[in-house]
Amino acid sequence: MLLSGLEQLNNMLHPSFMVQEKDKIPRIETTPPPANLWTKGLAVEDIPLEIHDLTVAYHHKPVLYGIDLAVPPGKLIGIIGPNGAGKSTLIKAIMGLLPTDSGWVKIFGKNNRKNLKRVGYVPQRESVDWDFPVSVMDVVLMGRYGKLGLFKRPGKEDRDIASACLEKVKMMPYADRQIANLSGGQQQRVFLARALAQESDLYFMDEPFAGVDAATESSIIGLLHELRQKGKTILVVHHDLPTARNYFDMLVLLNMRLVDFGPTEEVFTYEKLQKTYGGRLTILSEVAEAVRQNKG
Amino acid sequence: MSEMIPALDWQAIFVAPWTTDFSIYGWIFLMGFLVCAACGLAGNYLILRRMALVGDAISHSVLPGLAIAFLAANAWTNRQASGEGIDLAVEPSGHGISYGFAIFMGALIAGVLTTLMIEIIHTRTRIKQDAAIGITFSTLFAFGVVLISVYADKVDLDADCVLHGEIAFVSIQPFFTIGAYQLAPSPVIRMGCVTFLTLGLMVVFYKELLVSSFDPGLASSMGINATFVHYALMCWLSVIVVSAFEAVGAILVIAMLILPGATASMLTTRFPIVLVLSLLHAAASSVLGLHLAIWLNSSTAGCMVVAGAGIFCVAWVFSPSQGILQNWLKRRRNSKRLTGGEIGTETVGES
Repeated sequence: MLLSGLEQLNNMLHPSFMVQEKDKIPRIETTPPPANLWTKGLAVEDIPLEIHDLTVAYHHKPVLYGIDLAVPPGKLIGIIGPNGAGKSTLIKAIMGLLPTDSGWVKIFGKNNRKNLKRVGYVPQRESVDWDFPVSVMDVVLMGRYGKLGLFKRPGKEDRDIASACLEKVKMMPYADRQIANLSGGQQQRVFLARALAQESDLYFMDEPFAGVDAATESSIIGLLHELRQKGKTILVVHHDLPTARNYFDMLVLLNMRLVDFGPTEEVFTYEKLQKTYGGRLTILSEVAEAVRQNKG
Repeated sequence: MSEMIPALDWQAIFVAPWTTDFSIYGWIFLMGFLVCAACGLAGNYLILRRMALVGDAISHSVLPGLAIAFLAANAWTNRQASGEGIDLAVEPSGHGISYGFAIFMGALIAGVLTTLMIEIIHTRTRIKQDAAIGITFSTLFAFGVVLISVYADKVDLDADCVLHGEIAFVSIQPFFTIGAYQLAPSPVIRMGCVTFLTLGLMVVFYKELLVSSFDPGLASSMGINATFVHYALMCWLSVIVVSAFEAVGAILVIAMLILPGATASMLTTRFPIVLVLSLLHAAASSVLGLHLAIWLNSSTAGCMVVAGAGIFCVAWVFSPSQGILQNWLKRRRNSKRLTGGEIGTETVGES
């Protein structure tokens, strides 16, 4: 590409980390469906998650731009997109962990920060210090804290629920272990048990399959399907395209802007994924492979 | 060589402090224990949150807070027509409450300001947290030094006291009295209140402190405001540091914040037991430090920290999970097993 003299000068003056705002927003011709397409006819308080015109910026660089989204209940939803697309940021913004620059988020019809008690959260595994002096049981009990209120200690009932959740992820034999002595897959299952103990209606999981073995992955997905059967809504940040097709009922395609949101079979197409991932060749070949499998 | 080490007089060093001289050393021990306990309890959370150096920063930047508080209080009392020099250790009777309050507020504001400055530098620029801490506390400490030297006649802060405190003088301080009954020296009473409040707050807010230290994201999702907890903890840390400042000084208070928790974490992986062990460490290091100080006739606070560090080293050697001895034994056992031809018959290296 030929750069004009001015542009060259500009590039010299502004190294890559100082790229101007407008250049950081990918110019994707997005035609996402109307936000309420999948939630038509539902009462406001039955819509697990509704986002309007959400924009988030780090150090004045937009990471998410004008997101409009309304999620129907009882679905297992994957959030996919390239690195730096703002997937984790979207979850953190919904959870009220990041300041937003515009827009609002509603959880079951109420302001997100006021209704977080109905939300369960599985952060990225690396986000906590695993040398922390607590046992597996202690971590799962933390999932009960939200229900306890100030000054109260977890009681027998909370311990029973925590044990049941550990049983579900097959981690009960490790209940008294210090968390540092766990493998990556085991740590992930502890986080999942903690989320189950929260007994929420809407779950956010940030890459729950990162660094876990195939057996753990399939047992986790089994649990997610079980949760969905109980009418819970689960949003999962996911990295792996080929499995995304099989795992999720619906997909959110994200690359700073919302590219598309809909049932997997409608959204998981070559052109939509190409729009999401841009011109990255390695990923595009992966996309092509995944789509080919989808048709076969 | 022998004249460099004082004679170890058992009677004078180990018995007398608890018998004939108890009225002096009893208070020193109690003060030492209260300081170590409060610092150790709060320090546990600093260690867990990887903010050990924030405690360092606060203990230094309390200095300008104290200096400004002195100036403000002086200006206030001067206006009320009395103008004597004020000693940090000896509060002038009659102005005790207003001085105490001014110092307390000054330290609190300095502590919060330190935390805010670190946070702002670290989040708004590319400077990392450790560098932000370095910038903040050195700047504030220097500012305090400048203030004290410029207004030396108005601010009677002794450099010696700032550095290692005056815990040895605690028993000659004015006593706190209820009616005719002399209860305890007032610094001990004050530190006692701070320590018990620290313990109380940690019991009451155990859950909130634990979850917001381990996983701030989860805490926020439960409606526990992790940012608020962070600043509340920093405020309380400033209170502890300024209370301990008088007894052990700015430098030694850092050791007392970190050593108990670090020692406890060598010995256990259960947080409630960590808290109990850090209290035990506080008690042991005050007793040993007191005897060491009598023996060597040296700074009591310094000796308490040396004793605390000694206990840490012992814990390191004998720790069941990460101890030097344990590791050595494990390696020897494994190499024996491997060379002994037992390989393949059982799992090696099982923890």
